[in-house]
Formats: sequence, C-alpha cells, structure tokens
Amino acid sequence: MEWFIAKIFAKYNYWISIILMMIGFYGIVAKDNLIKKIIGLNIFQTAIFLYFISLGAVKAGTAPIVDAEIIRKGYVYANPLPHVLILTAIVVSVATTAVALSLVIRMHQEYGTIEESEIIEKSRDKGMTWT
Amino acid sequence: MPSVVEHFPVLVVVVSLLSAITILIAGWINRKTAWYISLATLLGQFIASLFILHHVMTVGSIRYRLGGWAPPWGIEYVMDALNAYVLVVLLFLGLVCVIYSKRNIEHELPQKVVSFYTIYQLLITGLCGITVTGDIFNMYVFLEITSLSAYALIASRGKIALKASFTYLVLGSIGACFFLLGVGFLYAVTGSLNIQDLSLLLPPFYGNRVVLAAFVFFLVGLSIKMALFPLHTWLPDAHAFAPAEISAMLSGIIIEVSTYAFIRVAFSVFTLRFLRLLPIFDILSWLGAVAIIIGSVLAITQVNLKRMLAYSSVANMGYIVLALGLSTSARTLPWGGLNPALMHILNHALMKGCLFLVAGAFIYKADLWYIKDFVGLGRKMPYTCAAFVIAAISMIGVPPSVGFVSKLYIILASIEAKKFFFVAVLLLSSLLNLVYFWRVIETMYMKRGKEQDHSHASHGSHVQREEIPFGMLSPIWVLASLCIIMGILWLANVPTPILNQVNSMFGLDMKP
Repeated sequence: MEWFIAKIFAKYNYWISIILMMIGFYGIVAKDNLIKKIIGLNIFQTAIFLYFISLGAVKAGTAPIVDAEIIRKGYVYANPLPHVLILTAIVVSVATTAVALSLVIRMHQEYGTIEESEIIEKSRDKGMTWT
Repeated sequence: MPSVVEHFPVLVVVVSLLSAITILIAGWINRKTAWYISLATLLGQFIASLFILHHVMTVGSIRYRLGGWAPPWGIEYVMDALNAYVLVVLLFLGLVCVIYSKRNIEHELPQKVVSFYTIYQLLITGLCGITVTGDIFNMYVFLEITSLSAYALIASRGKIALKASFTYLVLGSIGACFFLLGVGFLYAVTGSLNIQDLSLLLPPFYGNRVVLAAFVFFLVGLSIKMALFPLHTWLPDAHAFAPAEISAMLSGIIIEVSTYAFIRVAFSVFTLRFLRLLPIFDILSWLGAVAIIIGSVLAITQVNLKRMLAYSSVANMGYIVLALGLSTSARTLPWGGLNPALMHILNHALMKGCLFLVAGAFIYKADLWYIKDFVGLGRKMPYTCAAFVIAAISMIGVPPSVGFVSKLYIILASIEAKKFFFVAVLLLSSLLNLVYFWRVIETMYMKRGKEQDHSHASHGSHVQREEIPFGMLSPIWVLASLCIIMGILWLANVPTPILNQVNSMFGLDMKP
C-alpha cells in the first residue's frame, strides 16, 4: 500500500498526463475519421501542456502576480515560466489545428468524405499510386 | 567597438518575417511584387549569412541577446561554425529555389502567387530560426513554424497533396510534441532552457533516468522530422506531390535542418561525455545503414520520378545518420568527426535540389510524372536532361562529384571505426543508385517511343526543341555545376577549416 501511494498518488499529475497522452495517441492511430484524428492530436498536445503546468505548481502557491503585498506577507507563488512556455505552445497547437482543419475542409470538397480509408480508395481510383 | 555583423543573426530572422507580411500587403496592390520582394529578401539574407560565416571564422562566435536580457533568462542567438555553415547552405538553396519558382508558380498556382511567397518567407524564417537560436524552447517554436508553413506549401497543389500534407501534419506534430516533452524533462531537472547553460548544468545528472528519457524523446521526435528510416512514412507522398521548389526545399533543406537540430541537441546540450555512456551512436549508424538499403530498394520499385527521388532522400538521410553515428569513433581528419555528415548536408542539398527542380521542369513543360513517359526527352530538352545526368552521376558517386566525396569519406570513416559491414552497405548502395538512375537516363536518351517511328528516327536531330525558360534553367544549371565544383573543392580541402572548427568545438578532434 505504501508503495502504491508513493508511486501513484504522490505523482498523480504525471499519471494523468501519461493516460491522457495515450488516449490521444490511440485516437490518432486507431480512428479513421480525420476530425477524430485531429481531436486525438489535441488531447495528445494538451497532456503535454498539463505536464508542464503541473511542473510549475508550488504547494499552496498563489498566482504569480507579484506586487508589494505578496512580498510583504511572504506568500509563495507558482513558477510562471512553464505557464509562459505553454502559452506559446498553445498558440502553436491552435495553429496546427487550424491548418489541419482547413486541410480536412479542402479534402471534403475534393473527395466528398472525411474517412481516411475512403480518401485513399478514391485517390487510388484516380490513378495515383500510394504504396 | 562591436562589428555590425553581430546584429546579423537576429536580422536574418526578423527581416524574413517582416518580408512575409510585406509580401501579403504589397500583393494586395500588385501581385507581381511578391516574387521581387521575396528574391530581394533572400538575396539580402544570403549575403548576411556569408558575412556571419566570415565573422565566425575570423573573429569568433557571435552571441546576441534578444531585448538585452542576460542569457539564462532571456533568449539568446548563438552563431558558431556549425550553424553559420548550415545557415549559408539553407539560404543558398532557398535563393536558388525562389529564382526557379517565378515561372513555375505562375504556371502551377496562378491564383495563389501572393500567399505562396508569404508562406515561403515564413518557411525561411522558421529554418533560419532553428539554426540561429541558442535556446531550446525557441528551437521548438521555430521547428513548428517551419513545419506549419511546410504543411501549407505541400497542400498548395490540392487533390492528393492534401492527404500527403495531412499525414505529414499528424506525424510532424507528434514529433514536435516529443521534442517539447524532452524540453520539459530537461527543464524539470535543471530549470534552464538556454543550450549553453544546460550543457553546464546537466553533467551531474547524466545517470538520471529523466535525462535519459529526455534524450530518447529528442531522438524520436527529431527522427520523425528528419524521416529516419522506420519513421519515414510521411516523406514520399509529401515530397512527391508538393510543387517542385518545395520538394527541393523539403528534401534538400528541411529534413537536413532537423538533422542539424539533432546534432545541436546531441553535442551542445548533452555533450560527448553523455553520448559515450550509451550506445546511441551505434544504434544510429545501424539505422542509417538500414535506411540506405531500404530507401534505395524502394526507390527502384517506383514508377513516379518524384516519388523515386523522395525514396532516394530516405536513403540519403541514411548516409547522413550513418556518418553521424560514426562521428564519435572515427577521428582522423579530413574524414573524422562530423565532417562527412555535415559535408553530405551540403552535397545532398545540391544534388537533390537539382534533381527535384529537373523533375519539376518536366511537369512544367509537359505534365510528365511517370518515368515511362520520358521517352525522347533527351532530344527535346537537352539542357535540362544533361543537368539531370550530372546530378544523377553525382548521386551514384562518380568522381569528382560531391556524391563521390561524401561516400569516400564515409567509407574511410567506417574503415577507421573498423565497421567493415558499412563499407559493403555503401558500395551496394552505389550499385542500387546506379540501377534506379540508369533506368531514367536510359528512358530519356535511348528508348524510342511509338510516335518516333522510322521516318522520324532517321532525322533524329530535327526533333523540335522544347526547353524550359531561362529563369528555370539557370538555377538547375547552377546546382548541377556546383555538384562538380564543390566536389573538387572538398577534395582540395578548401571548405574543411569550417568543419574542423565544428569538430574542435565539440571535442571530436582528440583521440578518445
């Protein structure tokens, strides 16, 4: 039991981010629908963001907005650097999602479907070799 | 007084970014300005990169603090011999491709000229950013800028390219996420993101499992980006269905810059002492050897010229990774250390750039994709086909071309490392290269098509010439002639002082 607490409960933030990451990865690999693949990708990215944010957390720490009162009363505050990094990474992730969605829209116009297997089949019909 | 060159690293990135926005605005008013602005920017950047290289070689490395913030906290741009060299190579090919693109893009994407050049400049921004930065998180951001613009550029032709681009997007994003996770692990251990700072803070933690996991995440993430053999599946379609100049940039530069990112992470962040603890470089050299064979064999099976060249790129990444894997065991100059790997980055950019531009010329002129349709092209487009032959014999490795020099040095390095199996792999790969390039050359020059029956064949010299415009032919010939000229220069050891400086920087010039 002690081992269980030390390995699982004390580090639950890492476990959650790993589980989320695997859910996202499953979505990317197993789903045929392209939108679902994108959702899987987003879950995958969010898991990594969660890992970074939990790195910055400090026990009983407040938001890292430092003013005179916080310093005078000796409050502890969370490490703001991972927050800043993840703000940038979220922008990257939004841009990736936007590009991916626009590709899916164009594919839907082109092939009339967003199922990956059907798209591969239809492009094979048009004489383009895939393998 | 500090020289003005010390501001060039940041200017190379910022000017390119601003020119992307300028192209978009100026393109609203007049579409024709887009190409001129892009050309002027790239020319300026290329000249700036030459100044940087000269400064690095004569004065020493440049460190630029963005916004004046001191390094461990602020972002720092660092130029040393390694990234100055990569910067020159990438901007040179970028410049050549932009010259070529004028006629080709007007022909292929007439409605999208402005957006093409806008995204092209963003691509160059990202590539320059990866090379100049001295901050590992900044490198992640630039990797994603590069990849995002590459996805858009690949998709620009529509139809099947959309699917290729989507596959690349999913795999590339996973690769970037792994890189980000590696950054997170290193940050958790050291609390720093600056590359130089990390290399000083990491040594006490070398046995730590978090640090080992971080390295593996960097390796796998960047292997996806550089299309190392088992992770290359996105590459053939993406490279085959993009516009010609983007194929050339993808094959010649983008995967090479990812390799540069790996070299930077492996040698600058983790240093040589860490790499000796694990058999990473043995594994890499074996993966490289497998990539060479599988890439070449798959290239033989292709019927589409651009897909064949794309598989050949998988094989060529194998050369670079094999040379990288040997870099810690072979030490004798001029083939020791990172020399062959860095050499092949330039050589592959020249050869594959030239081949993809030629393949684009066939598509531009007659929409020819398949090798079997190339019958009689040797007469119709003599100059283009001659350039193809030069680049192809360079790939095969006929002296004194660049491909010969790369292969010679990798063979010498593997002999010094006492890995004779790799010598056999390289010789076999030359043979395989010969098989798939000879097939194309034979079709272009020797086979006679049905339409050229006997009456025509007897007056073969009267075939109507249909050459591509001069604006497209000159970049092809610049690259083709450089394939030979650079080969002679490498053999004469003219550019090797740059590479020697890289080796001494990473401690690779001393005997272990």
